[in-house]
Amino acid sequence: MKAAPFDYLRAASIDEACRALADGGDDARLIAGGQTLVPLMAMRLARPALLIDINRISELAGIALDGDMLVIGACTRQADALASPLVREHLPLLADALSHVGHGQTRNRGTIGGSLCNADPSAEIPLVAQTLEAELVIRSVRGERRLKTADFLEFAMTTALEPDECLIEARFPVWRGGAVGHGFHEVSIRDSDFALAAAAAQVALDAAGNCARIHVAVGGASPAALRLGPVEDALRGGPLDDAAIADACAAIAGLLDPQADIHADAGYRSRVAGAMARRAIVSARDAARRAAAA
Amino acid sequence: MSEHRVTLTVNGNEMSGTAEARLTLVDFLRDVLGLTGTHIGCEHGVCGACSVIMDGKPVRACLTFAVIADGAAITTVEGLEGADGEMSPLQDAFCETHALQCGYCTPGMLIAAHALLAENPDPSSAQIRDAIGGNLCRCTGYVQIVEAIALAAEKLRGA
Amino acid sequence: MAGTDFRFVGRKRRVREDRRFVTGRGRFAADLSLPGTLHIAMVSSPYACAEIKGIDVRAALALPGVRAVLTGDELSGHINPLLSGLDLPAVKRLPLAHGRARYAGEWVCAVVAETRAVAEDAAELVAVDYAPLDYVIDPEKALRPDAPLVHPEHGSNVFFNRKWVWGDVEGDFAKAANTLAFRVRWSRCSTVPIETFAVTASWDPGREVLDVWASIQMPKFPEQIARALRLPVNGINVHFDVDVGGSYGLKRGIRQTVIVAYLSRTLRTPVRFIEDRLENMSGGEIHGPDRIFDMAVAFDDDGVMSSLRIKATDDCGCYPGRAPLQLGKPVSAIVGPYRIGSAEYEATSVSTNKTSQEAVRGFGQAPTNFAIEATVDKVARAVGLSRAEVRRRNLIRADEFPWRIPSGSEYDSGDYHAVLDKVMASAGWESMVSRRDALRAEGRLAGIGLSTCLEPSGGNSSFEPLFNLKNDTTTWMESCLIKIDMLGGVTAMIGTSSSGQGHETLVATVIGEELQRDPDTIRAIHSDSLSALPSNSPVGSRMAIMLGGAAGGAARRIKQRVLEIAAHNFQLPIDRLIYDGGDVHVDGDAGRVLTWAQLVDIAHRKYHDMPLGAEPGLQASFTWEVPTGGALPAADGTVQMYPCYAFEAHVPLIAIDPETGQVEILAYHIGHDCGTVINPDIVRGMTLGGIAHGIGAALYEKFDYDENGQHLSGSFMDYLLPTSNEIPDVTMVKHYTPSPLTPLGQKGAGESGYLGAPAAIAGAVNDALRPLGLEITTLPMRVRDIEALLASHRASGGKF
Repeated sequence: MKAAPFDYLRAASIDEACRALADGGDDARLIAGGQTLVPLMAMRLARPALLIDINRISELAGIALDGDMLVIGACTRQADALASPLVREHLPLLADALSHVGHGQTRNRGTIGGSLCNADPSAEIPLVAQTLEAELVIRSVRGERRLKTADFLEFAMTTALEPDECLIEARFPVWRGGAVGHGFHEVSIRDSDFALAAAAAQVALDAAGNCARIHVAVGGASPAALRLGPVEDALRGGPLDDAAIADACAAIAGLLDPQADIHADAGYRSRVAGAMARRAIVSARDAARRAAAA
Repeated sequence: MSEHRVTLTVNGNEMSGTAEARLTLVDFLRDVLGLTGTHIGCEHGVCGACSVIMDGKPVRACLTFAVIADGAAITTVEGLEGADGEMSPLQDAFCETHALQCGYCTPGMLIAAHALLAENPDPSSAQIRDAIGGNLCRCTGYVQIVEAIALAAEKLRGA
Repeated sequence: MAGTDFRFVGRKRRVREDRRFVTGRGRFAADLSLPGTLHIAMVSSPYACAEIKGIDVRAALALPGVRAVLTGDELSGHINPLLSGLDLPAVKRLPLAHGRARYAGEWVCAVVAETRAVAEDAAELVAVDYAPLDYVIDPEKALRPDAPLVHPEHGSNVFFNRKWVWGDVEGDFAKAANTLAFRVRWSRCSTVPIETFAVTASWDPGREVLDVWASIQMPKFPEQIARALRLPVNGINVHFDVDVGGSYGLKRGIRQTVIVAYLSRTLRTPVRFIEDRLENMSGGEIHGPDRIFDMAVAFDDDGVMSSLRIKATDDCGCYPGRAPLQLGKPVSAIVGPYRIGSAEYEATSVSTNKTSQEAVRGFGQAPTNFAIEATVDKVARAVGLSRAEVRRRNLIRADEFPWRIPSGSEYDSGDYHAVLDKVMASAGWESMVSRRDALRAEGRLAGIGLSTCLEPSGGNSSFEPLFNLKNDTTTWMESCLIKIDMLGGVTAMIGTSSSGQGHETLVATVIGEELQRDPDTIRAIHSDSLSALPSNSPVGSRMAIMLGGAAGGAARRIKQRVLEIAAHNFQLPIDRLIYDGGDVHVDGDAGRVLTWAQLVDIAHRKYHDMPLGAEPGLQASFTWEVPTGGALPAADGTVQMYPCYAFEAHVPLIAIDPETGQVEILAYHIGHDCGTVINPDIVRGMTLGGIAHGIGAALYEKFDYDENGQHLSGSFMDYLLPTSNEIPDVTMVKHYTPSPLTPLGQKGAGESGYLGAPAAIAGAVNDALRPLGLEITTLPMRVRDIEALLASHRASGGKF
């Protein structure tokens, strides 16, 4: 399984990468960690004529707090994000989800941006980005633009990126306050496999212990990670008891549009996504209550 | 199609060779540098037989093109033994518990274990299993491998 | 020697092979490189069945670095078709498709180039003109009269069908108080080694020898190469010192080898083929048994079984190599470890347009054990007894050995009840039940499995003549040659390759035991086929018995020669001498001694001190036939198949997430008896590895096809192998019932764990589902299969 031949360019700067992308047209691709792209190339399902290596562009990697946003460079390694004290403190949902991404070895090379741009319907990082309404910063020779995750993830394996665009960073809103908790649950066949269905939830409680704010999204059950607006609406303002959560989640199946593959059919993904959402909300509520009590 | 000069520091020694851009790190190590201890099992990043340490972290050498790894410090199984040719405590522990049979996945396992112990000198059984969870073995059923890594950890702590 | 306190046998000893592997110094087939080697990539058919109307290789040949493109047309004109275990003259098995491609993934052309990468580039440029044809994927559909024929020349899709009746089955069923009939299904999977098949062939026109280095586990490999290429067997030299990266039955590699061998002879340069994983999973023909079992059992109200009917229909895939014989091996243990008096067995091998099967660890016994254990569990349920109690009532008793089963095999020895008791004690059965019940109270499904199964061992492959009346083979031999060199070093020659079984250590230990010399000072090497004595390869769990037996026999001859030299020099009869660690002294007079070094020196240099007419030097070989071998099957199909029967009892505890269908194995206990153990670490490793294979077969692994005959499981992303997170810790308790048939009492252990684990896991899952009134009868029991069952139970109002 040797890749088809290609030309290689090591870009020293974002500008150089963008110029090479613009010049290369549809046959040029960026490569960072390569954990997804290289297997596709080995199977000759992807055959870029030019690979633009962006691994050495220091401005593309890094994690920093910018006001109420945690900014993660697109080429930040998943392992570095998982180990980052900033991520653990300000985006514990992302830290939790990252422990489910592939395996330690793939996380050492795979990047946050790579996973976002791959837009696998069951991938954990796009799911968290969708849940927290991350903002993606994109650049090309034509300039810079920003997209909300909901607009960035268009369809299975498809983002709004133009062929000449490069993802620069992902900006995650941080939830302040003492009663915030998150939940992340996924089902996979083996530990390091792609999720068959996954759910992420983040909850903030008010002084009375009711739900002030709630974001829930599921992955693996729609072409892109899906925010469950109706579920959030049903639970916001309420006490988040088990019955209410189960009730709200009963309607999830109708919101989903799961794909079937060799590992699970649509029915499975649909049913289990609902169960994961329920578990994620329960976990988030319990974590928020513990945080409030602390 | 382009050819590139790739220089790596492998097991402490600077080594160079020429590689097409599409040549993977594992093929470069094996076919250009002659280090056949690292093995190929799937070429799509699942089995872990090709694991090496790259700039201090365990990675799959089949998922890295050699040109992208250019300049990196690489440790392969050949670099685990002592300068005097003596087996490392980890390698010795694998022999003590018979943590292998056919030996094909073993270099990758050793790399994963080596990386674990460098970062966590007292891993629990669950942490060991997790660390080697990206390395497939079809011979052993993993139990004796886990025992070897625990034994090596104990020996390294005691030394 | 059975029952003796051994000096080396059975004691902890490091496996010496491990040393080279942990230092990265293994020598696998892909590690060897010869100057001028050319590389191969395959062109595969995308169709389940298609006529090959033409192949245009011009664009491929024009690519720089490409040396040749070999088609099936060219190859078939120069070689003999490959062997089949069955008598099917109209079915020709060739390394490359010829005229017609009959399964998706079948190799159509071999592209030869200076690098593998260029060969793959060129393979994409080969233009094959296919005309798709009708195909059949489902084995039961393939049996219908209107089914498309995989091999029209053969006239049907049945490769083999025969029914044997041993004893008064009809009468036993008629008078039984109870009967049950049901179906279970073992889906297509196999033991998938991490190393794919790799082979280099180099034709030396000067010596007129074809050198072959291959990742191989194949009886009569040099002979089959010779036959195919129309060369003398002694024109082939297979290098058995190639380390094989796992095989577990699969690496038969004859198609790949014939291709590289032909090309090497034609192109006059070494040629190498390393399967990539995609080639391996589809065209490499490594699929295992794919079997429907229709079972029926007759039993009384006490749960005692009197008769068993097994109808096994196996989907062989496209070509019948040796694999259909995997329906035959189970005849050796057709009633399992139970005192069932009569049995009926119907075996059907069906062809379909799928990848051909190959031999898998156990050679059909693991699926059969799964079906038999499912039967026993159902009997237990029917009469309201525990699964352990029903087994106790039916297991052959320790004082009843040797025990002859209805199909003619005699089980040599065993104490099944003792092993069962031991493992249940080790598992703490009562506390396991409590734990299971506590898990259920928490809302999980939980179950305990129990399987008691046999591992027939020794490789008496009399299923060969049983399945092909024209094949009157009854010789399954193994050899060992030992030389003592002039300075007293001991070297033993193994005439076959190894794939992790520790044969060098096995041989050194057995020889050391016999010669009373430290095994670590004894070197065992792998010969090449020109210098090797006859071997039948490590198949059929035979090497501890056969290679151990041959090594022991050769060592006994060495010891005898040593004693004869000493007797001559002491001028005393042998019975007045004591052999002690290679030294020989006069009984009662320790001062009169000849040391090993002195005796060896006499043998090599001092002919004047040798017994009259003695052979100079000190070397001996021993070749022996499998114990109980040497007889053809009787007309009714009864025959002694496999000499030695190892036994295992498995007790796993599992829990199931009722919403997701995920199975977690919380505890795993196995009781194991393979007679005398030569190296405990090796046996433990084999057993634990076998259990891991079994867990894979039970819960994760399946070669899936869609209705268009497309193979869906062609990579490791789709065919899921269990990792360290899926395989639990295993507690193994040992029992030792020596075999009366082997010099040390050893039985085989090469298939341990795999033969009983799938049955036990299936039993555990069904125990977990039983409170819901549900059951699963098809392996693998994957996450989505279990969840679908639970979801439909939930949807129809079922309680949890």
